[in-house]
Amino acid sequence: MLDIVRSVPIEYYLMYSSILFCIGVFGVLIRRNAIIVLMCIELMLNAVNLLLAAFSTYLGDAQGQIMVFFIMVVAAAEAAVGLGILVMVYRNTKSTDISLLDKLRW
Amino acid sequence: MQNLIPLIPFLPFIGFLLNGLFGKNMSKSLVGIIGSGSLLASFILSVMAFNTVAGSGPIQHTLYQFMQLDGLQFEFGFLVDQLSVWMMLIVTGIGFLIHVYSIGYMHDDEGFYKFFAYLNLFIFSMLLLIMGDNFLMLFFGWEGVGLCSYLLIGFWYENREYGKAARKAFIMNRIGDLGLLLGMFLIIQTFGSLKYQEVFAQLGAVDTATVTTICLLLFVGAMGKSAQIPLYTWLPDAMAGPTPVSALIHAATMVTAGIYLVARCNGMYSLAPEALHWIAIVGLATSLFTAFIGLRQNDIKKVLAYSTVSQLGLMFLSLGMGAYSSALFHVTTHAFFKALLFLAAGSVIHGMGGEQDIRKMGGLRTKMPVTFWVFLIGTFAISGFPLLSGFFSKDEILAHTFEHGGMIWWGLSSFSAMITAIYMSRLMYVTFFGNFRGTEEQAAHVHESPAIMTLPLIALAILSVIGGFLNLPHFLHTGNDQWLAHWLSGNGLNGAPVIPMLQTALDAGTELVLMTTATVIAVLVLLVSYFIYRQEKNQPVSDAAQAGFTRILANKFYVDELYQAVFVTPVEKTSRILYHYADIQGIDGLVNGVGKAVQGIGGLFRRSQNGNIEYYLLGMVLGAVALLMTLFL
Repeated sequence: MLDIVRSVPIEYYLMYSSILFCIGVFGVLIRRNAIIVLMCIELMLNAVNLLLAAFSTYLGDAQGQIMVFFIMVVAAAEAAVGLGILVMVYRNTKSTDISLLDKLRW
Repeated sequence: MQNLIPLIPFLPFIGFLLNGLFGKNMSKSLVGIIGSGSLLASFILSVMAFNTVAGSGPIQHTLYQFMQLDGLQFEFGFLVDQLSVWMMLIVTGIGFLIHVYSIGYMHDDEGFYKFFAYLNLFIFSMLLLIMGDNFLMLFFGWEGVGLCSYLLIGFWYENREYGKAARKAFIMNRIGDLGLLLGMFLIIQTFGSLKYQEVFAQLGAVDTATVTTICLLLFVGAMGKSAQIPLYTWLPDAMAGPTPVSALIHAATMVTAGIYLVARCNGMYSLAPEALHWIAIVGLATSLFTAFIGLRQNDIKKVLAYSTVSQLGLMFLSLGMGAYSSALFHVTTHAFFKALLFLAAGSVIHGMGGEQDIRKMGGLRTKMPVTFWVFLIGTFAISGFPLLSGFFSKDEILAHTFEHGGMIWWGLSSFSAMITAIYMSRLMYVTFFGNFRGTEEQAAHVHESPAIMTLPLIALAILSVIGGFLNLPHFLHTGNDQWLAHWLSGNGLNGAPVIPMLQTALDAGTELVLMTTATVIAVLVLLVSYFIYRQEKNQPVSDAAQAGFTRILANKFYVDELYQAVFVTPVEKTSRILYHYADIQGIDGLVNGVGKAVQGIGGLFRRSQNGNIEYYLLGMVLGAVALLMTLFL
């Protein structure tokens, strides 16, 4: 089983994971809808998960996969909190546009 | 007695505190009683001190040592010897009379309690000056009386002119004080101490140049305090203060501080004939110069002010001729008759409802008889009318001047004495004789002063008459001659005479001739003056009508204008330039510039806090990238 997985060169996984991560970063920076931003954050986290799992397989070490578990838990918790904040913000500004939240300035 | 000595200055100080702090809520009588009472107590204690000194010699009492610097000790100590106890009697005695007078004179003034507080503070400072046993105490008192002079001259502070006069007095005094301070520094450097006892014990070991420098520097201080040329212009302006102030401070006591200083240091001055020479020159010059100015002044107090400066010049001349005890004798008699004249002038001003211009007076002798008679006694005393106090003291000075200076000095000083007689008699005749030249309103209001004012006048008049017998010339051989000179030559703290007995080589015949000449001049002047000033055409004219030399004299030889142009205006201009360029643009610019720079940098950094969430997210990403780059690069 492992050989099948290892037949794909690790570079492919690296590239793929990096691209996913970069897409996530761009999404966070550019998109104005808060839900999309949260989704992009999830995307970033999952890209890292993928890479960790890949390396864990290629090196035969289970630590990577355990790390993935941790990340998933944290991601879930953070998504829950983030969505809670989003709901409160929506109730106050009737919109999910993050560019409306500009009052914390000098 | 020794433990009572500190009470002498501190009783007036307590009077100052009581009157100053609580006087506002006390009745005027109580304020007056506290003020005068403390003086009376000090006077009685001074008399007791006098008896003690007469019996067992000088008293020295150190209160405490307040500083020690490099082996130099600064103590708060008193020295009551023959010289200081005599000055104490004058200060407290005449001070007491003037306090009593002020109860009447200042009665209608709102600042009544303040006046007495300041007067008491002044007496305290003056007593510290006289009673100190070292130069530092003298300096404390010196500055203290300068301060009180400022407070009292500018007493009616709402008038800005009076404030200016007060400032002028204080500043001119400080110029002199620079000399005094430098002298004191040189004394510390040369003798290693400021105590009189220690300094005067080491006089043998110092070279003449140093001693002369010290003496000249101390004299600069005396010039400022005792109003000699060139630092005299503050005294006539000081007439802005209430008349009792003029009497006490600028006639009887403060201005004699300079004489006291030189007399105290007579040992030093005797080793520095150069310095004495300068003192004599300045004294004579001042005496003549200001006597001339007094000839054409029309304010009753200004004439007396210039008279004071002139008489002080005479005292300094006496000091310069080495006749220290004669100078002190003249200080005493001058205190009597000058205080008398000032208080009488105050009585006139009081009666005239505030008028001080003699051209608006005249014929007052019928309306204010007591004031007239005491003023007459004062005028005769100062002019040197035979057997009055001024006669003896002035003659002694003239005799010593003749002996040590020769004909020219004697001639000039007698000339000054003659001018004194002229302007004083002019003052008296114009004010009290002739027709009344004031307004109808004033004519109705003119009245003799109340007893509380006339009684001190009478007391001073009696002293002016009999004061001469304190120091009769020795050739009279009455057995009580030269009492004051003998008293002052008693042994001081270090065993030597405080003021050595003056040796005179003049024989009785010469002295008699000198005395007669002076008498003849004085009596002639008083008589001729009477006839001149009876005539309407010789009465003083209005300011506009003055011509030629009269105008120059009336404008005081334009000395004030000269000082204004040479000293005051350049300093003010420099000050303004420094203010604008150095202070506002320079220093303020620098300090404010630092603030502005901080604000600018802050403005730059502030822009990163723009509230824009995308911007913050970008910052986060860039920061993470930068961190990673540092790890891997």
